[in-house]
Amino acid sequence: MFPTPIHKSPPAAQIAYKVLLPVALVIWLIPLIGVAVTSLRPASDLAAGNYFGMPSSLAFGNYADVFQNSPIGWYILNSFKVTIPTVIGAVALSCLTGFALAVYGFRANLWVFFAFVAGNFIPFQILMVPVRDMTLKAGMYDTTIGLVLFHVAFQTGLCTLFMRNFIKGLPFALIESARVEGVSEWRIFRHIVLPLMRPAIAALSVLVFTFVWNDYFWATVLVQGQHAMPVTAGLYALNGQWVAAWHLVSAGSIVAALPPVLMFFLMQRHFIAGLTLGATKG
Amino acid sequence: MKTFKALAGLALSAMLMGSVAFAGEIVINSDHSDPAPKKAMEELIADFQAKNPEITVKWNNFDHEGYKASIRNFLTADPPDVVAWYAGNRMAPFVEAGLFEDVSDVWAANGFDESLKSAAASMTMDGKKWGVPYTYYQWGIYYRADIFAEQGIAPPKNWAELLAACEKLKAAGVTPFAIGTKALWPTGGWFDYMDLRVNGYEFHMDLTAGQVPYTDPRVKAVFEKWAELVKPGYYLENHAAIDWQDAIPQMVQGKAAMYLMGNFAVATMKEGGLTEEQIGFMQFPEITAGVPMAEEAPTDTFHIPSGAKNKEDAKVFLAYLASPEAQAKMNATLGQLPVNNQAAKPSDKFLDAGFTMLSNAYALAQFYDRDADAEMAKAGMEGFQEFMVKPGEVDRILERLEKVRAKVHQ
Amino acid sequence: MANAKPAGFWKRNQLKIAPWVFLAPGGIMFLIYVLIPIVQSVWISFHDWDGLGDKVWIGVANYVELLDDDTFYTALKNNVLWLVLYLLAIPMGLAVALFLNQTVFGIRLYKSLFFFPFVISQVVVGLMFTWFYAPDFGLFSQFIKWLTGTEVAILADERFVTYGIIAAGLWPQTAYCMILYLTGLNNLNPEQIEAARMDNARGLRLLWHVILPQLAPATFIAMVVTVIGALRSFDLVSIMTAGGPYGSSQVLSYFMYEQALSEYGYRMGYGAAIAVVLFLIMMVFITLFILRMIMQERNR
Repeated sequence: MFPTPIHKSPPAAQIAYKVLLPVALVIWLIPLIGVAVTSLRPASDLAAGNYFGMPSSLAFGNYADVFQNSPIGWYILNSFKVTIPTVIGAVALSCLTGFALAVYGFRANLWVFFAFVAGNFIPFQILMVPVRDMTLKAGMYDTTIGLVLFHVAFQTGLCTLFMRNFIKGLPFALIESARVEGVSEWRIFRHIVLPLMRPAIAALSVLVFTFVWNDYFWATVLVQGQHAMPVTAGLYALNGQWVAAWHLVSAGSIVAALPPVLMFFLMQRHFIAGLTLGATKG
Repeated sequence: MKTFKALAGLALSAMLMGSVAFAGEIVINSDHSDPAPKKAMEELIADFQAKNPEITVKWNNFDHEGYKASIRNFLTADPPDVVAWYAGNRMAPFVEAGLFEDVSDVWAANGFDESLKSAAASMTMDGKKWGVPYTYYQWGIYYRADIFAEQGIAPPKNWAELLAACEKLKAAGVTPFAIGTKALWPTGGWFDYMDLRVNGYEFHMDLTAGQVPYTDPRVKAVFEKWAELVKPGYYLENHAAIDWQDAIPQMVQGKAAMYLMGNFAVATMKEGGLTEEQIGFMQFPEITAGVPMAEEAPTDTFHIPSGAKNKEDAKVFLAYLASPEAQAKMNATLGQLPVNNQAAKPSDKFLDAGFTMLSNAYALAQFYDRDADAEMAKAGMEGFQEFMVKPGEVDRILERLEKVRAKVHQ
Repeated sequence: MANAKPAGFWKRNQLKIAPWVFLAPGGIMFLIYVLIPIVQSVWISFHDWDGLGDKVWIGVANYVELLDDDTFYTALKNNVLWLVLYLLAIPMGLAVALFLNQTVFGIRLYKSLFFFPFVISQVVVGLMFTWFYAPDFGLFSQFIKWLTGTEVAILADERFVTYGIIAAGLWPQTAYCMILYLTGLNNLNPEQIEAARMDNARGLRLLWHVILPQLAPATFIAMVVTVIGALRSFDLVSIMTAGGPYGSSQVLSYFMYEQALSEYGYRMGYGAAIAVVLFLIMMVFITLFILRMIMQERNR
């Protein structure tokens, strides 16, 4: 394990580390603390110029206002309805595509890979009109499914890159030995490679979840009504026409940010996967 | 014969079903996401449905910023029956693309040319009417009445008095004008008023319509006058880094004394702790003697998309929206002014002053970013902001603006 | 075995067909939603179109105009700055990942919290940093005042504005790279490390010669994502300065949006041309990356 596990270091270093951790965390999170404090400020503080001082009162009511002024509960549900299928879809598809690109040496391999990577580099604003028109013609405009399909397609680009590289790092001997035994390609994928991909799947799930959860642009392009609007677009509805209600937006942002963080926290254990490298010995 | 009857029966019932499905529901898309406008809309829709029980309203409320992008999508993709938007050059792209419905008939049938007279010009293109206005608000200089009293300054009525007031304030350690130009549009308000007062309404309309080059000496004259405020440092320093509302605390704390802004600024000032007695309102002072005083009054409107399914009932809604009762009630909640000159005006010190000022105004401008072509507006306001930071570069800035104008209005 | 049936078509050609079968679902989605629209957009860039009415063919006129546009060059210059400075997120992310790669009590909570900046909406990140930098009440400008005596309004000063925005962007981006490296650190080959330790390799030398090569895949992804992020940089520019002051923090992604989709922009064709230019710039990087990656893999 790298760096040297701390419990092997002298006690002084251990204490120093244990002290440094929370200090570093606080410094790291100062902007976030700023957001949290702003979310508890009454609007009068901001209008009077009190941005960073102690709040004149703790306006917990801001959080209630957020739920009252906008159907944020509904928006959050919509965000889940869009994000979870996208994560499942994009990760599943990219497991397949990553496997194809990492394991097989067919001639067009490089070009296909290139296409996936290139397609993900584009400034996605440029896709707005063609994708909107296509979604409309398919009758999926203003639906969560329309949004899901686009996100799955778009995220597959980056996920394929990630998965392909990850699988490339796995010992090819595993696959070779399976082939020698006459195992079919699908079974190799399903029973040998896929279980080894758990850390990558976990990491990618978190990343895709976060990207799609925080997407604002496509929510405004492909969705109109409250029944399908995710929380990002709904959040900015808290801002007034003239006067930005930053204290409400801050409160709303914190609420809206909880699911991705929770997800990361829950998926962490999958990162600590032990690979069965022993299978290739002998 | 039997088949014929059956078919006829089928056709008849289909027609009936079809008409029942249409007559009855209208879909409205708008961006009234603030608490007050939201309440106003809710009341409006409730009252409308009470008066017209055979029509049901489905209302999609968007967030204010996202709406500006969304409208382009839903106008072509899946148009509702009524949309909220703005008057003047702002509605031009949609009118020119044939996406808005001509509602001159609604205006004619209800005598709106009389009751909505002040906004009629900004709703007209090619001699036809393209929507119905329901609210506007005044712009003017809001000032710290108590600081003025302290310094012995009377609200200035002309340019010389304004400069004198600024000098006095600056000497007392108070920045004369608060402003936050990060979002650019506050600079448009300043330019508009300077041009309206130096050159007059007709010239300003010609300029924003792109018929006058920005290198014209009359335009330069506006900037020369404006420089008399910029160069001595009568504006808040570093205004380009802050939004308009982040400049309010300066007024609240007494570090700045005046703010040229729309009436919505009052609510924020009060929020910051100022009392009504401390806030004064005055009309932008005269600059060139004898030029009739025109004012800025940006107008909000509703339109019918040309792709709407239920135009009949949508027109009924527009007619209701423009009625004196509906406008009075809506504007009481909005804290703004009704366009219908027969509506009862709200009783608020500032709105009252605004109403008087606007009713006596020579003419009403819609604000730079609604009067001028969109691309020109963006370039223009960037130029104004740069001028306010680097007044010495005025010639280069005007040349750049002229380049854009020539391209846009070729 | 002597009586075994001849192998079926599938079994014989499995290795040739299999990749395409695996590629099909993802590939088709990607084709429809991404690749084809790219082509469509290049097509649009040769037209003059306001997004509402008819398209008018104008050939390369949009590109000619672009070359004459001052804003384009400002945006280009800023994009270069973004590209170079944003890469700092990678070593910073590695440092944080190394710092957190211990098994003390509660480390899972720490990791989650360090990740938080990436998760919070970029609008709020931009807002907070805008207030940090703000003249008069901003914490950062007060700090500078205390340090140097004069006040500097970062976001109003055309010399510093882009650096200020990049700094804001580095905060969530570092968190992102941290995640990638944490994953990579979890997949290190313990035998190699033990072997190196027994050879007396320590600290930085161990890091450079043994760990970093194993982290190469993570570094690669980190670079890809950081470059994408740098060239995309839309949300922060939009919320912090809207391209200002007077266009000096403009970047290509925001410029494109401004021209085609914003309140004041109805020029889809021109915007598409900007996007194509941006895409071509990105293509240079993609090609370089992929070439490098292929070479590295061939040398293994």
